[in-house]
Amino acid sequence: MPSAIFGSIEAGAIYALMALGVYLSFRVLDFPDLTVDGSFVTGGAVAAVLIVGGTNPFLATILAFVAGFLAGSVTGLLHTKGKINPLLSGIIMMIALYSINLRIMGKSNIPLLSEETVITKLTDFWQGLGLDSALSFIGFVPKTWAILILMLILALFVKVIIDWFLKTDIGLAIRATGNNETMIRSFSANTDTLKILGLGLSNGLVALSGGLVAQYNGFSDVGMGIGMIVIGLASVIIGEAIFGAKTIFRATLAVIGGAILYRIIVTLALRVEFLETGDMKLITALIVVFALVLPKILEKQKERQRKKKRMLQAGME
Amino acid sequence: MLELNQIHKIFNEGTPDEKIALTQMNLDLHQGDFMTVIGSNGAGKSTLMNIISGKLIPDIGRVIIDGKNVSNVKENKRARLIGRVFQDPMAGTAPAMTIEENLAIAYTRTRSRSLHIGVSKKRKAFFQEKLEMLHLGLENRLQAKVGLLSGGERQALSLLMATFTEPKILLLDEHTAALDPSRAELITNLTKEIVAKYQLTTLMVTHNMQQAIDLGNRLIMMDKGQIIFSADEKQKSQLTVEKLLHEFQQIRGEKMNSDRAILA
Repeated sequence: MPSAIFGSIEAGAIYALMALGVYLSFRVLDFPDLTVDGSFVTGGAVAAVLIVGGTNPFLATILAFVAGFLAGSVTGLLHTKGKINPLLSGIIMMIALYSINLRIMGKSNIPLLSEETVITKLTDFWQGLGLDSALSFIGFVPKTWAILILMLILALFVKVIIDWFLKTDIGLAIRATGNNETMIRSFSANTDTLKILGLGLSNGLVALSGGLVAQYNGFSDVGMGIGMIVIGLASVIIGEAIFGAKTIFRATLAVIGGAILYRIIVTLALRVEFLETGDMKLITALIVVFALVLPKILEKQKERQRKKKRMLQAGME
Repeated sequence: MLELNQIHKIFNEGTPDEKIALTQMNLDLHQGDFMTVIGSNGAGKSTLMNIISGKLIPDIGRVIIDGKNVSNVKENKRARLIGRVFQDPMAGTAPAMTIEENLAIAYTRTRSRSLHIGVSKKRKAFFQEKLEMLHLGLENRLQAKVGLLSGGERQALSLLMATFTEPKILLLDEHTAALDPSRAELITNLTKEIVAKYQLTTLMVTHNMQQAIDLGNRLIMMDKGQIIFSADEKQKSQLTVEKLLHEFQQIRGEKMNSDRAILA
């Protein structure tokens, strides 16, 4: 059981990058971007093909980001220049990317188990430091702490960069584009360019996450992105509900927390005997519905109690 | 400073809904001119504003700002020269962002945006100084989300954001119409103060005839896409609401369609 939770935190830290990307499009730009389902695989495909071809795995992972950035930019172009509705531009790109991902990989699955990946390199580097034995006092001994700690550091590093970026002049303009487009246009911003840039960065992060997940799982598969947008949304919504989203600093931290929490919930759910691995998407959908509906029900209940109180007070006077 | 040359704009041309919005429109504002624009609904006032700001492109005619022909310059590029305040107090600010962040966005209207931090220490001091002009105490609430402000406060902030970078042209589109009388008066006074301070070349659309007479140094009345009456500084100083209505009746031979015109 502890090792299952440990594994879900590891995976959560890697998926957190994807969730941060979804946060950028969904929350900051107010653009429900379905490209994610495709660009996640694009990241995995690019990284896998390059690694198998002998490219340095770190470089391959960075190029996965670049590929995702390009995919997101195309979605942005479809929406801004082609005047296609946001949902539809995302769906179009998602479908197009399915074929493109197959072309990149050449087949539907590329195994990476025997390859040197970012994950194996980081584990080797970590073991060279001898930190695992230093952490043995915790009592719980996993195979290695390397992935958990280094991936959390990576997620936090990306979070800090996003926090900084959203406070620069360009970042403020991107946020205003998602908040009040008329306003930001009257202040001389080109909203088309800002949206394309925002969607590019968002999908870049998604693809980066996809590239790392492929290396973590030991394979890249053309179907590994199905439902990814909903997982991203689940992470964002759970995170915001539990950790709060008052400031950008809080919100991005909450997204990382949400991504990890989501993995833990799924792991726990799958331990219920009746449920199978194939039920995961259904569980995800239910989690999202739950996270969306629950706050509203709670709010209503509070309101009702407040009313009751007021009625009582009025009655007594 | 602002010149409109033979502007002509038709909507839905060739369909049963065809409507001539502006025809033979000429306008010439000098540096520091403050012109008020009145007219009944559908007179073409909003079209006029949108053509100056670049939101609409005229079918024929030229728009010249500060000696440059900007007829083909896109709205967002043109916005470097133009400050705008909209009728809706919600339209001019980003509600989910803080006061200082909104000001930072306004501050970068005239330059290209980079990875410079939006609310730097230096800028913050500058914003505080500017906010004091509003006398609303907003200088102490820099980190408050703009969505928490009242309509009047938001419109005051919008006005400041549109003006403190000293645009070549200031466009005010019925910017007090959606406020209650006391707030409207506050914004009107602020407008007077700020326009005078920066010597802004201003075009203000209003439905309030008294306001149109009280503010600025020039006045035009529009009807059916044309300027039907215009007053220079001297004529304007002698205008009253009655005289304006009389003028309209004489020119058009009909009573002004004044369902929204506020008489006094």
